Amino acid sequence: MALLEINDLSVAVNEKRILQGITLSIGEGETHVLMGPNGAGKSTLGLSLMGSPGYVRESGTILFDGQDLTELSADKRAKAGIFLSFQNPIEVPGVSLSSFIRNAIHEQTGQPVKLFSYQKKLAAAMELLSMDPSYADRDLNVGFSGGEKKKAEILQMLLLQPRLAILDETDSGLDVDAVRTVSQGVEAYQESRNGALLIITHSTRILESLHVDRVHILVKGRIVRTGDASLIEEINRNGFEQFIQDGDR
Amino acid sequence: MADNRQAVQDIDRSLYDFKDDESGQEFYRIEEGLTEDIVLQVSEEKNDPDWMREFRLKCLGIYDQTEMVPWGPAIDGLDMGRIATYVRHKGEMKTDWADVPEEIKNTFERLGIPQAERESLAGVGAQYDSELVYHNVREEVAAQGVVYTDLESAIRGEYAEMIREHFMHLVPPTDHKFAALHGAVWSGGSFVYVPKGVKVEIPLQSYFRLNAKGAGQFEHTLIIVDEGADLHFIEGCSAPKYNVANLHAGCVELYVAKKARLRYSTIENWSKNMYNLNTKRAIVEEDGVMEWVSGSFGSAVSFLYPSTILKGDRSRMEYTGITFSGAGQNLDTGAKVVMQGEDTSCVISSKSIAKDGGIGTYRSSVIVGKNARRAKASISCDSLMLDSRSRSDTIPAMDIRTNDADIGHEARIGRISDEAVFYLMSRGIPEADARAMIVSGFADSVSKELPLEYAVEMNNLIKLEMSGG
Ligand SMILES: Nc1ncnc2c1ncn2[C@@H]1O[C@H](COP(=O)(O)OP(=O)(O)O)[C@@H](O)[C@H]1O
Ligand SMILES: [Mg+2]
Repeated sequence: MALLEINDLSVAVNEKRILQGITLSIGEGETHVLMGPNGAGKSTLGLSLMGSPGYVRESGTILFDGQDLTELSADKRAKAGIFLSFQNPIEVPGVSLSSFIRNAIHEQTGQPVKLFSYQKKLAAAMELLSMDPSYADRDLNVGFSGGEKKKAEILQMLLLQPRLAILDETDSGLDVDAVRTVSQGVEAYQESRNGALLIITHSTRILESLHVDRVHILVKGRIVRTGDASLIEEINRNGFEQFIQDGDR
Repeated sequence: MADNRQAVQDIDRSLYDFKDDESGQEFYRIEEGLTEDIVLQVSEEKNDPDWMREFRLKCLGIYDQTEMVPWGPAIDGLDMGRIATYVRHKGEMKTDWADVPEEIKNTFERLGIPQAERESLAGVGAQYDSELVYHNVREEVAAQGVVYTDLESAIRGEYAEMIREHFMHLVPPTDHKFAALHGAVWSGGSFVYVPKGVKVEIPLQSYFRLNAKGAGQFEHTLIIVDEGADLHFIEGCSAPKYNVANLHAGCVELYVAKKARLRYSTIENWSKNMYNLNTKRAIVEEDGVMEWVSGSFGSAVSFLYPSTILKGDRSRMEYTGITFSGAGQNLDTGAKVVMQGEDTSCVISSKSIAKDGGIGTYRSSVIVGKNARRAKASISCDSLMLDSRSRSDTIPAMDIRTNDADIGHEARIGRISDEAVFYLMSRGIPEADARAMIVSGFADSVSKELPLEYAVEMNNLIKLEMSGG
């Protein structure tokens, strides 16, 4: 059985159906890419998998490691091993990045986190991501630039060590160097944990050094095509145009 | 009717809420109510000098003739006829914890006071009901000439004249009804004098515990920080909850001389049957600095507006405060400043959290006198409402008599965003903890101003309040 099995999932937001019968499975350690035009429902899928309350499941199932997730709140899904790197990370005043991650590790593992070894790990991960060490003590995402916010998401992923990480346009708005840095972080995650990935992206740069197992094209809330890495090339050449009417079924 | 107002659904506050039996022989309790007879009895108990006895009687007269202020929360749940203004343990005040009566010592042990003294304070005063039961100051601090003692013995000692010249001069009994009440029945409280140029490196602390049911606490704190001196004074307060009203009408008078600095921090956690009608005022001379840090969590009703008179040129004031109003609480707090000297400045930063139908009102007043050239004031208030039943209001008043004042004011009212809660939950934090984390984060600018132990206590209070919902 695959790590994540989504079967015929339909989701509505504000009583409007956005996802229409998504079926998708991701095996342990696999890297999947999700592409599609703006407004197709990519973020909706990520947020639905994470358990965002406004995203109402109308039908279908989500199994993670054989466990039915559909009734679980977001914190329980996180404990089960799902991580979402937000397209728009939220600013939380008065809560430092460092203490927040430490708290989250404590919650997820149920073990108190020893300060000294935690600080060493945190510093190492921040260095890998070329983050200024002073950011550890800054309020979570407050006043971070777009790129810094995305790096902070990857930092959380590295320290929380999920089994499946969903990266929602983590590479958007980053300069070339930052994309490379983030990509290194993603590689480190794959290697250290054999972590599975669902990467939502418009660009191929973040994928350059990663092995991609499957690519899915989402249009108007439906997966209209699934293939191997060569599908990325095809989209780079021809865009989504050819798939658009497939979404109109 | 009176008691309905106090039918508050309370949360587990066992940390503060334990009660000690005072029915035994060791306690002296004055009869309830407020009459000339009672005031004279208090005066006799206190062994007042003549001037003080006269002063008390004058205050009683003023009290009888003064109306309650027409604004602010209603206080009709408070019946002075049912408040005992004076309750004390029959033992003497001690300077060694070992000598403090067992049952009282246990109370303070549970509140962590003796431990805090050992670890991080220069001196401690502990008041239980109407009297100080303990007062002590570190030898090396005393050797610098710092005086930290109970006001009662100071009034008859070496500093008698100084006290007479300052006592209720900054807060005269005509100020408002409860200032007059305070003047009539005050007891307990501390006197601090920091001599010229002395910098007290670690804080002094007074802890006030009102244990008696249906009683009032009227302690008077008088602090004089002389030229170029520096002091951090911390006050903590708590009380167990009873189903009848308790009253706190203390008075704090702070004198900050030229180039001196005083920081006055308060963590107030009175029980939710308390009427907290406290008056705090500071006067600051040239180049002096007054800093207020204030966390208000308890009481049914509070009227609390630390005020500062910036008398000297270039004197400054900073106020950082937070108020947490939960079910059944109506907390009316804020800061007042009167700017008189040239180039005076103040920064007021106030936060309030309201939950479960609690009402938090920020009431401020900034007065810039006609001689206060180039006055600068910056005021910001932030409120966080945790549900739609709660209320938060901002009532700023300004009276500016110059044309070169630089005054900034901003106010924001917000709610906990669902996106932020979800974001924190997506990292494994349970919903209630995520909310508490956001609220603590909101309060962080205040906790940062407190010494570590008090910041921890404040965070615990926030968690306690949050888990009550
Ligand atoms: N919270 C929301 N409220 C209303 N509409 C939403 C919300 N989230 C998403 N939608 C709508 O759902 C559709 C898919 O959005 P989204 O999942 O963000 O697309 P993508 O990430 O593929 O660009 C869009 O039409 C968007 O307007
Ligand atoms: Mg999106």
